[in-house]
Amino acid sequence: MQMPSPRASVLARRRTIISRLQGVLPEGSVIHDEFELRAYECDALTMYGCPPLAVVLPGTTEEVAEVLKACGEEGVPVVPRGSGTSLSGGALPTADCVVLGVSRMNRVLETDYANRFIRVQTGRTNLSVTGAVENRGYFYAPDPSSQLACAIAGNIAMNSGGAHCLKYGVTTNNLLGAKIVLMNGEILELGGAHLDAGGLDFLGVVCGSEGQLGVVTEATLRILRKPEGARPILMGFEANEVAGACVSDIIRAGILPAAIEFMDRKCIRACESFVGAGYPDVEALLIIEVEGSPEEIDEQLALITRVAEKHRPSEIRESGSDEETQRIWAGRKAAFGAMGVINDYMCLDGTIPVSELPVVLKRIGELSNEFGLEVANVFHAGDGNLHPLILFDANDEDQLGKCEAMGAEILKLCVDVGGCLSGEHGIGVEKRDLMPFQYSADDIEAQIRIKDAFDPNWLLNPAKVFPLSATASRREA
Amino acid sequence: MNPASESELAETVASATGPFAVIGGGTRRFGSMPDSERLSTRRLDGIRIYEPGALTLVASAGTPAEDVAALLAENGQRLAFEPMDYRAILGTAGTPTIGGIAATNSSGPRRIQAGACRDNMLGIRFVNGEGKILKNGGRVMKNVTGYDLVRLLAGSHGTLGILTEVAFKVLPMPESAASLAIRRLDSVSAVKSLSAALGSPFGVSGAAHLPGWKGEEASTIIRIEGFGESVKYRAGKLRDLLRGYGDIDVEFDQERVDATWRSIRDAERFSASVGDIWRISVKPSDAPGIVEKAAGLERADAMFDWGGGLVWMLVPEGTPLRDLLGDFSGHATLVRASPETSSRVRTFQPLPPAHAGIASALRRQFDPRGILNPGLMC
Repeated sequence: MQMPSPRASVLARRRTIISRLQGVLPEGSVIHDEFELRAYECDALTMYGCPPLAVVLPGTTEEVAEVLKACGEEGVPVVPRGSGTSLSGGALPTADCVVLGVSRMNRVLETDYANRFIRVQTGRTNLSVTGAVENRGYFYAPDPSSQLACAIAGNIAMNSGGAHCLKYGVTTNNLLGAKIVLMNGEILELGGAHLDAGGLDFLGVVCGSEGQLGVVTEATLRILRKPEGARPILMGFEANEVAGACVSDIIRAGILPAAIEFMDRKCIRACESFVGAGYPDVEALLIIEVEGSPEEIDEQLALITRVAEKHRPSEIRESGSDEETQRIWAGRKAAFGAMGVINDYMCLDGTIPVSELPVVLKRIGELSNEFGLEVANVFHAGDGNLHPLILFDANDEDQLGKCEAMGAEILKLCVDVGGCLSGEHGIGVEKRDLMPFQYSADDIEAQIRIKDAFDPNWLLNPAKVFPLSATASRREA
Repeated sequence: MNPASESELAETVASATGPFAVIGGGTRRFGSMPDSERLSTRRLDGIRIYEPGALTLVASAGTPAEDVAALLAENGQRLAFEPMDYRAILGTAGTPTIGGIAATNSSGPRRIQAGACRDNMLGIRFVNGEGKILKNGGRVMKNVTGYDLVRLLAGSHGTLGILTEVAFKVLPMPESAASLAIRRLDSVSAVKSLSAALGSPFGVSGAAHLPGWKGEEASTIIRIEGFGESVKYRAGKLRDLLRGYGDIDVEFDQERVDATWRSIRDAERFSASVGDIWRISVKPSDAPGIVEKAAGLERADAMFDWGGGLVWMLVPEGTPLRDLLGDFSGHATLVRASPETSSRVRTFQPLPPAHAGIASALRRQFDPRGILNPGLMC
């Protein structure tokens, strides 16, 4: 993985730049101590790291605007950062950049139950958005596994999903408005408490743009009333392909569960020993959750069970209590952490048409044999978003290389069957160079030109998303 | 011009010297289109991929919406965002197409539950103003591979590119549906009752208010859909919840429920009237106040959808409605107007200067020669 070399002209003016930033921000908002900068050298893609020139932690939108204006005038690249939980290196710094962290901006600005929205500063964590409205029976739907830590800013940058987006959609479907600061310091309001912003859908293109178009400081989010109840059912199968076929049949039967999650044996065992979720020891496990009143839940689960029985599951078990439901979900959400306890791994994030699940799972098994690296599978089966975890020894250079090559093969496979390189983690630096597998040079150029319109000098998170060769002329201009 | 294929369309655009008025079936043209040559996608016709088990359908832009609806219905599925048919109020003939629906981000009453058209679009192919064939997104439910041009092109009215193919997420058709109606509410109480229904856990998929008009009493209507027993259960729960707003009738007859919501979707109430028609997106609780501002006008009428979030207004021809409304959180589109009104009143809500600057920068990037629907959305 390559990053552009730092601009010597910026490094040479380090002191000037830092004092200019100190001039526009309150005391204690600029971090430049070599030791403290280490905390910002990487995000959750920990295999790559580089301390930035400085870190700023503004407290208001106006301060963000001042920082961007100053950096724009000084020609300093800016890497926006939420909570630093990106799995694709979206917040990875370069030595010549200023990291702009929004973590201090975490307030709730407005809750409006009559119109069903909440307006927050984007440093607020995903789970604490729900936390602010749940005493009134509401919730914010997108629920990435990292929801305890990840910030709304990062959710918007990566258009994050989660386990329940089969029913509720991803971030872009739940984002009504945003306040965004452009690299020239201009502050724009996009959308608001009404549906479908007027004019071209800037909000739609900003969401998922990985912090390359502007810094989003405030978000208006749709909140929903919690369903009367929810209950998961666990189903074990003796083959991955059979579980895959079962998912497709459930959807065809006209049922839309709130979530359909898949785990293979390796993952099941890791989660079991990590949190004791009560999962059966089977080759493939489906966790299917439906919502409604107790009677509605019974009706849907009966229908799902009828469909599933044709696939001869080795085990079917409904959650018997709220406590058991929580344990089942705690296991799933801890899957990445649980795997991390037993091994180093690389987490992939491709998406495929659900109908291709059996073929793709089989091929991943073959690739695992070819490369001699084990793979554990855990993913959102209802929407085809795969998270194969390739297990490897991070201290072994040879294994790291093999792991990267195998990851690329799996993602190419996703594209070949009609899917895409990333379902919810984003491209960042991790999949930058794979973009040409999914998109032609013209397709990539069309995206690059959007950045030209928002950030003509290419200073915002410039080394992400696109292959470096495709953006070199703009970054070096 | 009626190119027969995507590549022919691309060549047509690449070799063009003058501007085009881009159309699909030509049923939802609103706003003043410049007097330029028509470029239609109508012949790009055909459903490319339909996978009921994956809830996805991919169709060429010129595919009639009714063909798509029919194939989906055979498999117990549908486009959940309920695209509107503009023919009733615009008096247009022709066939609504998939491309037209996507290019105008056309969403009906179920937008409050299933999202807008743009939320149900998974991928697109399009031809930009230079005649290049481009694609974005795909045919999977989740996709954050690069920038989201799907959302950007949805509702761009052909100003950034000409859609040639659209991939949609489709959803199961529910087993049954019911409508609850409360009579004689004023619009403030009506929006409050709709808000209470939408803030309940009972899965409301339609929330509209039709004020009293031409001798008919006001009617506030709520839709629920799903499996039979569940619909009955939720209808009972909603009735209890909304008891304080008045007597509530519940309609379980599927055909009548469908007819009611089709008429709300297509704003049929206004189809036989004379006047300008506006479509206004607002914060729901602001809606009654917005309508009140036009109360002094003769022969004016209004209806509320999306729990108040969408206001349809009929006003006398040439009314400068935006001036009457003043500043509000939302935007107003002049959907039907006489040519005389269109020449004076802008179709789309004018953008603040910073937004307008980015919009024109984007248009220059996608269409450097300014040949795609110039003048539209400006």
